[in-house]
Amino acid sequence: MAHFTKATSVHDWINQRLGIDTVRRVMATEYWIPKNINFLWAMGMVLAITFALLLVSGIFLLMYYQPNVNTAFDSVNYTIMREVDFGWLWRHVHGVAASVVFLVIYIHMFTGIYYGSYKNGREMIWISGMLLFVTFSAEAFSGYMLPWGQMSYWAGMVITNLFSLGGLHADGIVEWIRGDYVPAQAFLDRFFMLHVLLLPLAIMGVIGLHFGALRIPHVNNQDGEELDFEKEAAKYKAGDKKGSKVIAFANDFMSKDLFVVGIFLIFFFYLVFFHYDFAMDPVNFDPADGLKTPAHIYPEWYFLWSYEILRPFSTNIGLMAFGFAQVIFFLLPFLDRSPNAIPANRRGLFSLWFWAMLVDMIVLTAMGKLPPEGIFSTIGLVAALVFIGLWIALPFITKSEKKA
Amino acid sequence: MKNGRRAFMGKAFGAVAGVGAVASLYAMKKSWDPLPSVRSAGFTTLDMSAYKENELVVEKWRGKPIFVLKKTAAMLAKQTDADKARDVLVNGEHYMVCIGLCTHLGCIPGYRPESSDFLCACHGGMYDFTGMVTKAPPPRGLDIPPFKVDGNKLVLGEEGPEYKKMKETGITL
Ligand code: HEM
Ligand code: FES
Repeated sequence: MAHFTKATSVHDWINQRLGIDTVRRVMATEYWIPKNINFLWAMGMVLAITFALLLVSGIFLLMYYQPNVNTAFDSVNYTIMREVDFGWLWRHVHGVAASVVFLVIYIHMFTGIYYGSYKNGREMIWISGMLLFVTFSAEAFSGYMLPWGQMSYWAGMVITNLFSLGGLHADGIVEWIRGDYVPAQAFLDRFFMLHVLLLPLAIMGVIGLHFGALRIPHVNNQDGEELDFEKEAAKYKAGDKKGSKVIAFANDFMSKDLFVVGIFLIFFFYLVFFHYDFAMDPVNFDPADGLKTPAHIYPEWYFLWSYEILRPFSTNIGLMAFGFAQVIFFLLPFLDRSPNAIPANRRGLFSLWFWAMLVDMIVLTAMGKLPPEGIFSTIGLVAALVFIGLWIALPFITKSEKKA
Repeated sequence: MKNGRRAFMGKAFGAVAGVGAVASLYAMKKSWDPLPSVRSAGFTTLDMSAYKENELVVEKWRGKPIFVLKKTAAMLAKQTDADKARDVLVNGEHYMVCIGLCTHLGCIPGYRPESSDFLCACHGGMYDFTGMVTKAPPPRGLDIPPFKVDGNKLVLGEEGPEYKKMKETGITL
């Protein structure tokens, strides 16, 4: 094996040493993608690109940001925004991408739920996807601490307090996480470390796992049809590209993927240049003050649904409901007892379940933004109960589903 | 025989790595602990003669807001025995002294002098002027910080006999 011949070209020289032709074949030219899919299957690529945008803009922010309680606020709001040439661009790209990435994640997740792409061998794709959701959430939260504005401070206070585990009064854990009695220098420093190093490393690792998990089962398709990939690939390679139900990932499918990415990027930069304000909470333009709570503390929009599940209940029940909401999506492949991996609209009661879940999460999101008073409290409570109820009902609904 | 030696080496490495892993986890845990300087900077002294009736003053102790409210005669008349047990008495005057963080998730409730009560804007919790909960989600009344009465002064962070009694009887955590 370790026998090298005189290279005939630079390509050959590298290929003999790194086996790039094999890598290319496995990852691209003979990685088969079903033809019967639609633009929703490009969301994964959109997410990968958005992550790259976050990384690049983050690197530039990191050049001027100062993780110190006295200077953090000005290093962002003065130095980066006013002094650094194009500093505003990196900040707005970073802020808008952090918000939009969650919109795309939710679309990506609900696409997976709709087409049943989380079962019959695709469980690891789903589980690694949920790990990405959790690490992205932690990444977004830790990043939100860094400008050290009023919302940073008070969101930090409220969220770290969740770890006292309500009636257990585990204040020791809270102080351990913060490194102080309240969010202060030690807290800012360690969340800075998490945001710029540990969590991004974890995310990159899990993205690798997510892609790896896709390789063997391949992506699903619009009809949940179980394809014989070897047979279809053989047809394709024999020249029957029309008759084959698959195409190669690169360059064939990639061109479509990147077309969707292009449209997304136009929309994205439109937001960055003309509507970045939706991703910048006005309250966070006041510096952190430990002696003054803002009138309403609410998280960024993408956490509102789970926050609303916490809010209507007393502390302990609220925490349990919140904990339930955080982990339950992990269990989807096991709570869905039906073997059918077909679109939700062909699955009887499950179709109702899907739309009810989607609408319920939108209602929770809307109520989470409104002050917890009167009719809003009631709607929020009902929506939270519906959320829990739907999950309890899921195994029963799917168990009785007929085999398609 | 060869396999026996291989197994032994594997186990020996496992033991060394295991000890190392536990030791480094311990060091990592300790590195996240609050620093001694943070722990020791924990005392605040208040001059209690300076407060006015029904006027909420927010002091600071360990970075946390402390509510001090001197009670009016009308408030005292309304108090039940359970309410009175929460009072801090200095020179015969009654004060409410509480950590000004909602016991739900730690926002600062706002004082409303007209109705002499507190409203927490975060999730709508309410407290009366003694710091007792009148509307959920907060699970209990506002906590009372460790205090010691010293003449006209109140030292926060030190546990005096009055505070210890409150703790024993479960009036505060
Ligand atoms: C945030 C970073 C994420 C990235 C970069 C990412 C990337 C990708 C890519 C490139 C694909 C293949 C193309 C496609 O079907 O879209 C994919 C598929 C998939 N992802 Fe993700 N994903 C992410 C998060 C998630 C999350 C949060 C979930 C849900 C828990 C998830 C669940 C899935 C599923 C079920 C598939 C398979 C779809 C199918 O077979 O049709 N992913 N992902
Ligand atoms: S923090 Fe006060 S009601 Fe939740």
